Amino acid sequence: MSPLDQLFSNYLPVFLGTGIGAILVISALVGSRLLAPYSEERNKGTTYECGMLPIRRASTNVGMRFYLYAILFIVFDVEAVFIFPWALSYLAVGPQAYWEMVVFVGILAVGLAYAWKKGALRWQ
Amino acid sequence: MNNDLFGFEINVWADAAARLGLIVGLMTVVVMGLIYGERKIIARFQQRLGPTRTGPAGLLQSVADALKLVAKEDVRPRSADPWVFELAPYFVFVPIFLMFVAIPFALRWEIRVLELGLFYVLAVSSVNIVGWVMAGWGSDNRYAMLGALRAAAQAISYELPLVMSLISVGIVADSFNLTEIVRSQGQVPNIVWQPLPFFLFFVAILAELNRTPFDIPVGESEVVGGPFVEYSGIRWSMFFLAEYAALFILALLGAAVFLGGWAWPLGEEWGLGWQLVLTALKAGALIFAVFWVRVTMPRLRIDQLMAFSWKVLLPISFVQVLANGLVLVYEPPQHIANILLAAVSGAGLLLVVWIMNHSVGKPRPRPVLSPRAATAPTATRSEAAR
Repeated sequence: MSPLDQLFSNYLPVFLGTGIGAILVISALVGSRLLAPYSEERNKGTTYECGMLPIRRASTNVGMRFYLYAILFIVFDVEAVFIFPWALSYLAVGPQAYWEMVVFVGILAVGLAYAWKKGALRWQ
Repeated sequence: MNNDLFGFEINVWADAAARLGLIVGLMTVVVMGLIYGERKIIARFQQRLGPTRTGPAGLLQSVADALKLVAKEDVRPRSADPWVFELAPYFVFVPIFLMFVAIPFALRWEIRVLELGLFYVLAVSSVNIVGWVMAGWGSDNRYAMLGALRAAAQAISYELPLVMSLISVGIVADSFNLTEIVRSQGQVPNIVWQPLPFFLFFVAILAELNRTPFDIPVGESEVVGGPFVEYSGIRWSMFFLAEYAALFILALLGAAVFLGGWAWPLGEEWGLGWQLVLTALKAGALIFAVFWVRVTMPRLRIDQLMAFSWKVLLPISFVQVLANGLVLVYEPPQHIANILLAAVSGAGLLLVVWIMNHSVGKPRPRPVLSPRAATAPTATRSEAAR
């Protein structure tokens, strides 16, 4: 097989698996639709809230701290994406590539230290 | 284009479909076994018997549960967002199922050998959290919403130590191909040279699987089941199928990456049966450890959980990656490199253990929320948290 064919053959199961996974869920839902009873009742459609009737929609105020963690995560996840190719190729380039990554991680570590000092990592 | 499946030359499309079909069967059986096993093992830990009535020694309990769930009414709240609510089970289950593509069971026993297998597994697995947030958002339920936010915050926080621990092993093996990583372990598995990444990996998979002590997203006493409060019947069971399948996959991944997979200690010359036995034993040991931690540890508070990830695990995992790089970049002889790797990593593990020991039992500084809260009786906050 040529390299391109090999690549195609390697990632074909990913494509097929997406379909097969979805079909699995669909077949379970169809099976349940065939077997399970169903009855219309007015109060069954309300959401669960410890026996109280829910007031207004649930998707309202979200704590600010979740956004802080999300922003920090994006920074570090992008860093991780850069580290992946570096991890396999820095030996070929030599010590220079290694120290460049140290500088890169160092800059982000300063950012983490700043966020830490500002109290962004304190859950309150 | 043809591919080799059990000695038959068949078309790549048919080959891929056949392998995925086998995985579907394996996954279903293993998930049922895991649910039964977890109930039995936890029962023994708690001096109970667990399921005994259905079939010999309760063996058919999972089958009975599955039948019950299929035949149970599937309710959707009237105020739920229909599209988001209905699509959430797909987004939870399909990424987990796709992780199987790169997971090796034995030599030449996998769906495909991907050159970037480790990267692929991590990339696909993190899509799963989208499904959790969709479930929480679409249900129009405050418990579900809170659970989904907690799940998202926890999953992204522990994603980074997980990624970094696997990258540091990838650096040592000089490959992200899972088959190559198993082969590179040769005589000694990675857990010996890299104890700290193994610890990071184990903690991170506990968090990614929302298992005790990291179960605040689904904690029954706080958010009554989390993102899937409103799900019932077969739709609810899809979340659990995904969760147990993820446990199985991550245990297989841990067995391959850290415990030597099918090769250590017998070597690759032994037959297929022995290789499968080794893989199953190692994955089984990891799964048992997960259950063991579940019955032993209390649940962490969210502030402890986030602090543990961002202030302890994340910095030390970056240091581990850079330390591995430093050891290997000046190309020392093999045995000196190995000793240095083990020494640095072991020292890091001791440091983490010391920090954990030091911070456990420290009382939490009571936050002052508002002047009114400050004058309120002091017991309220800790009582509410309990």
